[in-house]
Amino acid sequence: MKPNNMLAAGVISLALAILLPLTVLGSSSAGVIAFVVLVLAALWAVYTIEKRRALLTSLIGVIAAIAYPLVFNSTEATTIMFFALLYVAIASSWNIIGGFTGYISLGHAAFFGLGAYTIALVADRLGLSGGYGLFAVALLGGVAAGLFAIPMGYIALRLRTIHSFVIVTIAFLFMYQLLAFNLQDATNGSSGLAVPQPDWSGAFFNIPFYFAALLLAVLTVGLAAWIRNSRFGLGLMAIRDDEDKAAGVGVDTWKHKFTAYVISAVPIGIAGAIYAYFSSYIYPQTVFDPMIDLTIVLSAFLGGMGTLLGPILGSLVLQPAQQLLTLYTGAAGWDLVLFGVLFLVVILLMPSGIVPTVVERMRRARVQEAVRKADALSQDAVPDAAAEGGQG
Amino acid sequence: MDLVFGSVVLGILSGGIYALMAVGLTLSFGVLEVINIAQGMLVLVGAYFSFALEHYWHIDPLVGLLVTIPALFLIGYGIEWAFLRPLRQDRVALSILVTYAVALVMEGLIGLWFGDNFVAIHAWYVDAAVDVFGLYIPYIYILGFALAIVLLGAVYLLLYRTKFGAALRATVQNRDAAVLIGIDVQRISTLTFAIATGLTAAGGMLFGATNAFNANSMLDLISRLLMIIILGGMGSMGGALIASLIMLVSVDVVSVVWTPNWSTFAFFVITVVVMVLRPQGLFGAPPARKV
Amino acid sequence: MSALLEVRGVRKRFGGVEALAGCSFRVEEGSITSLIGPNGSGKTTLFNAVTGFATPDEGDVELRGEKIQQLSPDRIYAKGLGRTFQQVRVFPRLSVLENVLVATSHSSVAQGLRTRTGASERERAMEILEYVNIARLAGVPAGSLSFGQKKLLEIATILVGEPKLLLLDEPAGGVNPTMTQQIGDKIRELNARGITFLVVEHNMEFVMGISHRVVVMARGKVIAEGPPDVVRRDPAVLEAYLGA
Repeated sequence: MKPNNMLAAGVISLALAILLPLTVLGSSSAGVIAFVVLVLAALWAVYTIEKRRALLTSLIGVIAAIAYPLVFNSTEATTIMFFALLYVAIASSWNIIGGFTGYISLGHAAFFGLGAYTIALVADRLGLSGGYGLFAVALLGGVAAGLFAIPMGYIALRLRTIHSFVIVTIAFLFMYQLLAFNLQDATNGSSGLAVPQPDWSGAFFNIPFYFAALLLAVLTVGLAAWIRNSRFGLGLMAIRDDEDKAAGVGVDTWKHKFTAYVISAVPIGIAGAIYAYFSSYIYPQTVFDPMIDLTIVLSAFLGGMGTLLGPILGSLVLQPAQQLLTLYTGAAGWDLVLFGVLFLVVILLMPSGIVPTVVERMRRARVQEAVRKADALSQDAVPDAAAEGGQG
Repeated sequence: MDLVFGSVVLGILSGGIYALMAVGLTLSFGVLEVINIAQGMLVLVGAYFSFALEHYWHIDPLVGLLVTIPALFLIGYGIEWAFLRPLRQDRVALSILVTYAVALVMEGLIGLWFGDNFVAIHAWYVDAAVDVFGLYIPYIYILGFALAIVLLGAVYLLLYRTKFGAALRATVQNRDAAVLIGIDVQRISTLTFAIATGLTAAGGMLFGATNAFNANSMLDLISRLLMIIILGGMGSMGGALIASLIMLVSVDVVSVVWTPNWSTFAFFVITVVVMVLRPQGLFGAPPARKV
Repeated sequence: MSALLEVRGVRKRFGGVEALAGCSFRVEEGSITSLIGPNGSGKTTLFNAVTGFATPDEGDVELRGEKIQQLSPDRIYAKGLGRTFQQVRVFPRLSVLENVLVATSHSSVAQGLRTRTGASERERAMEILEYVNIARLAGVPAGSLSFGQKKLLEIATILVGEPKLLLLDEPAGGVNPTMTQQIGDKIRELNARGITFLVVEHNMEFVMGISHRVVVMARGKVIAEGPPDVVRRDPAVLEAYLGA
C-alpha cells in the first residue's frame, strides 16, 4: 500500500472508532467536537510526519485552538477542550522522563496534587480572592512540584533500574495521598479544600481557564521540543536505548535522568493548580489520583511514547473520548472496561504507539518504492540505506 | 504493653497473608521479568470468587479454594499466554501497561457485576475470635497464617526440590543462559505465572475474610504489595515474606500506640529509608551494569 | 615510552569466583597491545574494571598516573578512554548520525540543555562516519544496520570523543575475513595518528599481525607479556591454552 493510503486508512479507522459511538450515543454537539478534534489531529499528523512543515502546522494548530472557543462556546464544549489541552501539557511533560528517557513514572499525579494543594493553601492563607491574579499563583504550584521532585527523584533514581523506579514513584503518590488525608490542620483531610472562585459568569467562565490551559500546553510542548533537539535530549534518548552503553560514551546518566525528572514535574504542578482553580474544590483522592497517571501513560502511548507529537495526539483524542464516554454511558464500570480493552489492543498491535508505527510503515513503504525505482534504473544505484531499511 | 504485644501477634499473622499475596508478584518478576500490576486485582478476583461461592451457594471459603485456586491458575495461564508472551522489546515497561490494562478491565467487570458496596467473606471461623492479651483475634488470622505457611512451604519445596524448580531458578538467574542449556523458558514462564496467580486465589480468600473490600480496593492493595516486594528486594521470596511481616507489624503497632490514620504511612517511611540506605531492598542484589 | 594505562594488583570477585586475582600490566603510550587468554580467564572483567563498569575490589587502575578505578564510566570516558563491547551495541532507535552525536556531548547537563546538536558537530560526526564508510546510512535507525555495519558504527561512536586509549572487545569477532582485514587496517591507521589500543581478541592471526605487545591472561592473572613472537614461544602460554 502507498504511504498516503496507509495513513489515510489509519486516520479513517481511528475516526470511525471514536466518532461512530459518539454520534450514536451523544448529542450532535459532541459529534461536532469529536469531529473537530479529529480533523485537527489528522491534519497535525499528516504535516508533522513530514518534519519540514512542523512549524507551520503547529501554528495552524494553535490558531485553530484559539478559534475553537469562539466557534463552540457552550460550557460543555469548552470544558472538554480545556481538559484535552491540560492533558496535552501534562502528557508532553511526562514524556520527557517517561518517553524520551524510558523511565515510566506512575507517580506524576503526585505533582498534579502538589500543585493543586499549593494554590488552595496559598489562596487560603493569604486570603486571596478569585480573579486573573490566581493564575499567577498557579505558577507557584509548578515551583512546589519542582522543589518536591528533587528529593523524590534522588530516591526514585537511586537504583539504576526501571522497575524499582516505577514502584517507588507509585509509592510516593500514595504517600502524598495519605498525607493529604492525614495532615488535617493544613489540608482539611477528606473534606477537601475550596479554592476561591472568580465572578465570571455563564459561558464566559470557562474561557480564561481554556486559554490558561492552551498557554501551558504550548509552552510545555515548546519545552519538550527544545529538549528533544538538544544535546541533553539526545543523552536522554541514548539512556532509553541502552543506559550502560550511554554511560560508556560519556553521558552522565544519573544527572540526565534526575534533571529530566525534575523538569517534567514543573508543568504538571502548574496543570494541577489550574485544575484546582477550575474545579473550585479539591479532595485528596481526586488530585492524588493514580488514574491520572494511567491516563497520561495511555495518552502518551496511544500517540507514541518518546515522540513529540504522540502525547499531543493521544491527549486530543483520548480526553474528549473519555469525557464524553463518562458523560453518556454514566454507568461506572463500562468506561474502565473500554479503556482497558482499547489499551490492550493498541499495545498488542502497535507496541510502539500509533505515530511511530505509522511513521515506520511509511518509511518502509518509501524505502521499498526507492528500491523498486532504483532497480528499474540500474543495479548499483540501489542505496544501501534502502536495502537495509527494508528488512528492519 | 499487652496491647502492643497483641498487635505484634496480629501483625505477624496478617503478614503471612500478605506474603501469600506478594509472593506471586515477586515470583513472576523473577522469572518473567514483568511487573504484574494486575496482582492487586487478581487478589480481589480471588476474594470475590470465594465471596460468591459462600454467598450464593453456601460453600465454605476454605473448601471453595479447591475451586478458586484452579480457576485462578487458568486465568493466570490465559493472561500470560494472551498478553505477556507476545511482549518482546521493553518487556518491563510494556508489562506494566498491559497488566494495568488487564486490571482495569477486571475492575470494570467486577464493578458491573457486584456493584461498589463493600463486602466481606463470612464463615464461623471468620466471625469467632480468640482473646490474645486483650486483643480479639479472629480464628481466620491463625488459620490464614497456617495456610500461608503451608502454601509458601509448598512453593519452597517446588523451587528447591524439583526439576521444575531448578529450571525456574536457572531462569531467574539468567534467562538467556537458561535457553542455551535447553530449558523451555516459555513453558516455565507460563507455569510460573499460572502458579503465582493460583496462589493469589488463596491470598484473595484470606484478604477477603480479614478485610471488607470492593473493586476499588485494587489500587490500595497493589501499592502495598509493590512496596513489600521492593522493600524485600525484587525477585526474592524470603524478602517478600520478611517485608510483609515488617509491613503488617509496623502498621498494626502504629495503629495501637498512635493512630490508625498514620499506620500505613509508617511503612512508607520505613521503605523510603531503606531505599535511601540500601536501594536494592533488604534481600535484593544490586544490579550489575550490563556489559 | 611511558605507560598510558597501568593496572596494578586488580582483584574482582563475583560470589565465590575470583574473576581477577591480582592482575597487573601496562599499556605503553602509542602502542597496540593485545590481551589474550582462554575463555573465562578474566579479559572482559578486566575491561570492565578499567572502564568503570565494574569497580575492582582491590588494586589500582591508573591512566597517566591518575587513579581512575572509583570513577563512573562516563567520567572515565571523558578522560579519554573509550571502549566497545563484546556483543556489538548501538542505540537502536537513534539514527546512525545521532549515535555518533551522543558521544560528542560530554558536557554538563546545564550546557547540554542550552546546546542544539549543531552544524559543526554534525560535520565532524559525518566525517567520522565517512571514515568508516557508513556515511550514506546516517539517517537510518541504527537498529536496522547489519552486524558488520554496527561494528563500524560502534567504532565511529567511540572515535568522535577523541580518545587517547581505545579498548576494543573482540573487534574481529563474527565478521568475515575482508572486514577483519579492514578493521585491522583502520586500527593501524588510527594508531599511526596517535591513538593507543588495547584489544581483546581470539583470532590469533589478527592479534599477531597488529600487536606491538601481547599480554596473556589465565585464571584472572597475567601469565606472560611481551612482543608477539616471544609470547608465541612461551611455554606457560601453551600450557594455559592447552590446559595441561
